[in-house]
This record gives sequence, structure tokens and C-alpha cells, in this order.
Amino acid sequence: MRNLFPVLTVVAAIIVLWYGAAVWLNTPWAYDKAQRAGVELSTSELIADTWSQKKPKLPAPHQVTREIWKTTVEKKITSKRSLIYHSWVTLSATLLGFALGTVLGIALAVGIVFNRTIDMSVMPWVITSQTIPILAIAPMIIVVLNAVGIQGLLPKAIISMYLSFFPVVVGMVKGLRSPDHMQLDQMRTWHASGAQTFWRLRLPSSMPYLFTSLKIAMAAAIVGAIVGELPTGAVAGLGARLLAGSYYGQTIQIWSALLVAAALAATLVAIIGLIQRIVLNRMGMAQ
Amino acid sequence: MSNNTIISAKDLSLTFQTNDGPVHALKDVSLDIEKGEFVSFIGPSGCGKTTFLRVMADLEQPTAGSITMNGVSPEEARRARAYGYVFQAAGLYPWRTIAGNIRLPLEIMGYDKADQTERVKRVLDLVELSGFEKKFPWQLSGGMQQRASIARALAFDADILLMDEPFGALDEIVRDHLNEQLLQLWARTEKTIAFVTHSIPEAVYLSTKIVVMSPRPGRIADVIESTLPKERPLEIRDSPEFIEIAHRVREGLRAGHSDA
Repeated sequence: MRNLFPVLTVVAAIIVLWYGAAVWLNTPWAYDKAQRAGVELSTSELIADTWSQKKPKLPAPHQVTREIWKTTVEKKITSKRSLIYHSWVTLSATLLGFALGTVLGIALAVGIVFNRTIDMSVMPWVITSQTIPILAIAPMIIVVLNAVGIQGLLPKAIISMYLSFFPVVVGMVKGLRSPDHMQLDQMRTWHASGAQTFWRLRLPSSMPYLFTSLKIAMAAAIVGAIVGELPTGAVAGLGARLLAGSYYGQTIQIWSALLVAAALAATLVAIIGLIQRIVLNRMGMAQ
Repeated sequence: MSNNTIISAKDLSLTFQTNDGPVHALKDVSLDIEKGEFVSFIGPSGCGKTTFLRVMADLEQPTAGSITMNGVSPEEARRARAYGYVFQAAGLYPWRTIAGNIRLPLEIMGYDKADQTERVKRVLDLVELSGFEKKFPWQLSGGMQQRASIARALAFDADILLMDEPFGALDEIVRDHLNEQLLQLWARTEKTIAFVTHSIPEAVYLSTKIVVMSPRPGRIADVIESTLPKERPLEIRDSPEFIEIAHRVREGLRAGHSDA
């Protein structure tokens, strides 16, 4: 509860700023309308108008909240207009991509730590891979995979994986190398094999690093899934909602999809944080 | 070199190449250690005492001279798991219980489950930590952690125990207690112990042989055979004999410093 107060304070400040910004950004259009109708606006009428326009530059928080409510609670989840349906589409790609990215990341990290050749040859490519803008490479992945007959979930998951494996590689390389000289010497005095050192020392030592990486990877995975939905012609998913919203100037729809995506990411990261606390506490490694 | 010699170093040298030029960590060190001896290595930092111990353990490679452990090279001795090594820090794994930590080398060496359990129980008894099997390292004091790490080094059948300032980070009172325990343990297990320290009373109290080393280059300044009896209550440290030996150690240390 102690932690709640600062969070709520920030949320309240954002909402106040948001309402203010909505007035500021939507005022020109409100005056436009009033001029054409030939009426004068009082200050209260002006403010009321800026907070209730159909296609505002910046929708007010209550408009977005109402839209989210309408498209989640009041829509059947099978409906194409249900945000829960679209969230699920994005979530499934995110989770698959995250899982693939984690496995790939750990595998690469193990290779890099145990094999100097892999360290020298793979690491530069891992870093290079992240310098390519995902927006540029995402359509290529979709197109190429489509050409070989792979469609739907997997191409999006691969784009998620592309973004999420990187923090896992970097974190796990550091984590697997975190045992100090003394601990490694100790293993040497027992004549332990590389595999024994890995399972009994390196892997457990890397856990704090792994969880930190997983949080970043999860946030990256959801971005990847949303980006992956854009070039598919906006069929389904939160990315599709964003794109469709921008085609038709539906700012309220865009903002509600954005907020739901943010809430989804926050929830997923929080779940990893919870698992992290439990695991590290049980391992006696909680900071 | 007699039949009982277990560690034998001859003209051993080790030079580290650093950016500031070569550092002679060990220069022409020759020493024989008999089976069942308790040998302390004492000297200022940089005298090569830890390096010497690490050479015995095959953690450093000598650049000249020869050394045998149990009649074979340090590498073969390490592969045969002929020694237990106790580091300055206890180095217990926080994710394993005390019993789990002591079981670690046994798992690595492939002892069967029943044997592991029995050995853990036996060595915990030996270091007076029975009843702490299920505790985690953070639940124990520093002295108890170090005892657990000694138990871990005793758990497998190594005749030689190499100890690198194992009590260096502990306070005086805990240290006295552990020294007393270590002597009893040594008497009961009949192991050969090589013990690095920078405390004169500790070296004199524990050892049958004290090797005084001096720095730059690291070499042996004096080897003192202790005349103290095997039974050593803590009060022995006030006896004239004890003070006499301590004095000789101090002389050796000072001599090593003046000709540097």
C-alpha cells in the first residue's frame, strides 16, 4: 500500500495534464465548428466541447475509458470489434514470440560463454540485428514467410522473437559469467566438468540477470507483435486496431488500443516481476 | 626426501608477466612436507604464500622447478581429488542449504546418495554444525559459514587440506575458537594441512612447522620446526616456549624485510 500512493499521485497528475492538453489541442476545431454555426462559445461551453468531440486531436480520458468499456465489457469477445478479442490475438503472438526469444537467447548465451569461436562470430551479428529498424524488416519477414506458406500467428511471433531474444542474450551472457574467480577455482579444485559447473554454478548464478532480461524481453515482444500486425493488412490484433483507427481518423479507437496494449505489457512484466521475487527469495538471492 | 614426504617442491619459481614488467611471485622455493604435518606459511602480502598454495592446487603453473603432491604432479593430484581447498571466503551457494553445499563436491565426484548423506552427517559432526543441515548460509554467522566450508573440503577422501587464510575475515574471538577446533580436527583426521596466514600467534599455535616467507622475490626466509607438544590448550600461548617461537618468526619476518 505504501507503494500505491506515489503511483496514484503520478496517475492523477497525468490525468490533469491530459484534460488540459485536450482543451488546448481541441480548441481550434471547437471554434471552427462554432464559427460555421454562427454562435459564440462561452468558456464552459468551449471546454465541454473539447472534451466531447467525435474525432478529437486528443480525446479526453473519459472518452477513451468509455470506448474501452464499450469494446470490452459490452461486446461479446467473439466480435471483431471486441478489444478483448484483439488483445488475445496480440497476446498469443507476444507469448509465443517471447518463449521463442527466450529459448533462442539462452541458447546463444550458452554458446557464447562456452565457445570462443561463437563468442567472436555470433556476438557482432546479435548486436547488428538490433540496429536494423524493426519497421523495415517486419514486412520482409511477413512476405518471405507468406511465400513459403507460413501465415497467421508464427510470422508475428518471429518478429516478437527478433526483438525479445536480444536482451536475453546480453543478460544471460553477463549472468553466466557472473561467478567470481574463487567460485570457478573451487570448481576446478573438485575437478568438475564444464557441464557440472554450468548446471550447479553458472546457471543458478545467472537467475537475477535472467529475470531482469525477461522483463525487457516481454516489453519488446509485445512491441514486436503489434508491429507484426501492421503489414498484414490490419486483420486482427491491437496493431490492426491502431492502423484501422489511423486510416479513419478514429483517435478514440487508437488511444484505447494504445492504453490496452500498455496495460497488457504492464501486466505481463508484473507477472515476471512476481515470479522473480518468489524464485530469488527461495534461492536466497533477493536483493 | 623421506618416504613420508607428501608434498615436495624443488627450486620452484613462478614469474607473472605484467605491464610493469615481470613479478617474481616465487623464486627458487624448495620445501618438503611430511605426511600428517601442519605447516603454516606466513609472510607479508606479496611474499608468494598464497601463490605457493595455488601451485600445489594446480591453480597456478610454476615457470621453473618441480613440485610433487603425493608423488605425482599437482594436475594429477587435482584430477585424483587428492586435496581439499578452503578459500578465504566461505563461498557457500546461497541457493543451497548447508547440507546441500557440503554435498556439492560429493555430487560432482559421483558419490552415491546414501554415501553422500552419511558423509554430510559425519563432517557436520566434525565441525560441530550438526542440526544446521537444513539452514541456508545467510542464516549462519561468518564463523559457522567458514566451518561449513571446511566441512565441505573434508567431505571427500582427500589426505591433504590446503587452507588459504580461512579465518582472515573473522574476529579474534571466533578465530581463537576455530583454531582450537581445527587442531582437534587435525588430530582426529590425521590429514596433512598447509595453512596460509598473516597472523603470527595463529601460525605458532597451529603448526608443527612454520614457513616464514619474504617478498620481492617471494622466497622462504626461515623454516621453524615447532617444539610445542601436540596437545595445545589456548593457554599455551602464554608459555615461554610459545613466545620464543613467535619471537623467531618475527625475527624471520624482519630479516626478510631488511634485505629487500
